Amino acid sequence: MIKSLNFLGTPSRDKLNLFVSIGAFLFVLGIIDVILNSFFEINITSVLPRGLNFFTPLIFSFIGLYYIRIEFSGNRTLDNLNKNINSNWFNATLTLLIIFVLIQNIPPLLNWLFFDADYVGVSKEDCSREGACWVFVNVWLKRLVYGLYPNSEIWRINLSFLMLIALVISGFFVPPKIKKYIIIFLLFVFPFIAINLISGGNFGLVWVETMAWGGLSLTFIISIFALLFCFPIGMFLALGRRSSAPVIRYSSIGFIEFWRGVPLITVLFMASVMMPMFLPDGTYMDKLVRVIIAITLFEAAYMAEVIRGGLQALPKGQYDAGKSLGMGYWRMHLLVILPQALKLVIPGIANTFLALVKDTPLILVVGLLELVGMIDMAKSNPDWLGFATEGYIFAGIVFWIICFNMSRYSQRLERKYKTDR
Amino acid sequence: MNLKSTTLNITSFFSSKQKFRYYLPQILTALGIIFIFGYFSYNAQVNMDNRGIDFGLRFLGEEASFDIQFSLIEYSGTDSYARAYLVGLLNTILVAVIGIFFATILGVVIGISRLSSNYLISKVAEWYIELFRNIPLLLQLFFWYFAALRALPLPSEAINFFDVAYLSVKGFYIPKFIWTNFSVFFYSIIASIVAIIFVFKYARKQQESTGKQVPKFFISLGILIIVPLLTFLIGGVSLSFEYPVLTQLSKTIFNFMGGVAIIPELMALALALSLYTATFIAECVRAGIMGVTKGQKEAAASIGLTPGQILRLVIMPQALRIIIPPTTNQYLNLTKNSSLAAAIAYPDIVLVFAGTAMMQTGRAIEIVSITMFTYLSLSIVISIFMNWYNKKIAIKEK
Repeated sequence: MIKSLNFLGTPSRDKLNLFVSIGAFLFVLGIIDVILNSFFEINITSVLPRGLNFFTPLIFSFIGLYYIRIEFSGNRTLDNLNKNINSNWFNATLTLLIIFVLIQNIPPLLNWLFFDADYVGVSKEDCSREGACWVFVNVWLKRLVYGLYPNSEIWRINLSFLMLIALVISGFFVPPKIKKYIIIFLLFVFPFIAINLISGGNFGLVWVETMAWGGLSLTFIISIFALLFCFPIGMFLALGRRSSAPVIRYSSIGFIEFWRGVPLITVLFMASVMMPMFLPDGTYMDKLVRVIIAITLFEAAYMAEVIRGGLQALPKGQYDAGKSLGMGYWRMHLLVILPQALKLVIPGIANTFLALVKDTPLILVVGLLELVGMIDMAKSNPDWLGFATEGYIFAGIVFWIICFNMSRYSQRLERKYKTDR
Repeated sequence: MNLKSTTLNITSFFSSKQKFRYYLPQILTALGIIFIFGYFSYNAQVNMDNRGIDFGLRFLGEEASFDIQFSLIEYSGTDSYARAYLVGLLNTILVAVIGIFFATILGVVIGISRLSSNYLISKVAEWYIELFRNIPLLLQLFFWYFAALRALPLPSEAINFFDVAYLSVKGFYIPKFIWTNFSVFFYSIIASIVAIIFVFKYARKQQESTGKQVPKFFISLGILIIVPLLTFLIGGVSLSFEYPVLTQLSKTIFNFMGGVAIIPELMALALALSLYTATFIAECVRAGIMGVTKGQKEAAASIGLTPGQILRLVIMPQALRIIIPPTTNQYLNLTKNSSLAAAIAYPDIVLVFAGTAMMQTGRAIEIVSITMFTYLSLSIVISIFMNWYNKKIAIKEK
């Protein structure tokens, strides 16, 4: 096809300007054709037969890119362009397909998401326009964030999270000496203050049962507690798996492999229906507590494998050096081995944390409703039927922001703690 | 810890400090484990006595008396719980296999695109990965099931694929294959695979002894097409299709009859699982290809291999060794994640067995244990298979 159309000869440096201008013209013509087609429904090539005029923009742009493809043209922009998107006919085709698909799909999507969407209102009737109905999210926002927590008590959740944020932020700015105490407070004291504040029942606070907790705040509560507990347990399991004592080693292996072999959903079923059978008759353990224990043990097994990877990657000389200084097992591990091993596996640890956050929505199978569960509930409300898409997209954006930032933060940590060997 | 030289001497059992340190934690651990298990089973015993339930698997033989929407084997409400379990297990395996198949293809394509020299392609692949891996799988599953697939047209206005397959809100209807003498056809395929293996062996031998290359790809393609075709001509094999037909069930309700129905639950699950897992597989593939040193590629190019040959003969065999172990993990994850099916009521083992059957029998301990044990065995089977494969390619290359 190209050869028969190639009356100008092969593109070369000699007639650079000619080829580039013809190529750019054809390329732009193709793009304009697609834009006209998808935005204004005008087809400038409608004179051509139906089968052909569908492909005309592709053909125009393809020939355009062919003329532009001049090696070592001497023009830096052109060379870069050719190298990156136009190195051969295959790449050129892919480039064109991607550009055309983007042109055709992005604008309608943006229209639906933002420009044609309704934002304010109180009921379904306020969504009169064609786009998304963010009124749904707007009206339900309080429920999506706080679950069924009583409206008058919401300040308690807010206060807890504000305290958490304030503590974390202050940790970045205070001198290292005080920072140590802040971290200890954050890890060992604050969780219990927060949980007391949220559940209430003393200090004049109204008791709010855990079944009323929900929404995004429950996602955070479960993630934070599971994170907090799964890390030390995982560390012990990892050390246990590398222990020379067979009983400890095999029980650690058994424990880790068991939890890693089963899906979280069955673990949650176990926590909700099987665990009460294993407790003494008459004792009651809150469902949320059971679920947190189950998630913690589950993630601890994954954490153990990640940490074990770090322990294995350390050269044996580190152990020998520790021992030659007369250090015992625990002192050697705490001061020499673990700080280095953990540094090595920061990405793995971050991935486990991410997996944990992404796993929390699963608790809806045992009847606890965090963000996804609350959307599930909201979308089946008779007054708000048919807004599942908006709800899930909202939840998707929220989770995406959380997870994306976590992974970016872990990459930063990784760079920060990277030590050359 | 130089503890390997422990010669056990009963008399000086706790005599040295080292031995004391070696045995005491172990004894404590063992005691702790025994205590926890004992305590739990004692409590379970008491609780079950109080509620008048006995422990045992005899309930598996009882009549299940519930229906399952989708099953690969014959099943009706009069069958036993054991049969219902089998239906659930097969459905789980089905969705896992479909998911693994598509996730692998998509993952490899995206992983390679991520490394493409084309800026646009690698950016699109990167954003695909960033988008899909950072959203919880359950949310994606709900999105596909409750939002995307619910937006499909009704059966009366189904999307028509060349009059043989129809996509509608009730599912994807494809023609059903009706074979006569299927076994002959099946054996012919096995025979042609065996023949192809011989062709490959012969081609290898030829190349090693004479340096001539046998066009093994075209020969094997030919065998694979011609031998099964022959069975149609002389083996008495015939194939006909049962097409789905739009039927009026009542005044306003239409649906397709005949053909094979792929229910929307299965579609949503396959979509969500493969799109989600593909992002992880893509990262494994990328890491694998990047793990092959540049010198290998340059060495291969300098002895005159074509780019295709370089990829096939030099890069891929080495990259595969890096790719396979983490990909195995992803396959395991996918299989375990297929249990999310219960959340959209796809009748997998969790929904059928740990859901409906448990509600009916109330045997929490037995049923949850069986379910967990099933997943454990599935995981072990997959990891044994992949370890075997990994070992095979590792030996070949060294």
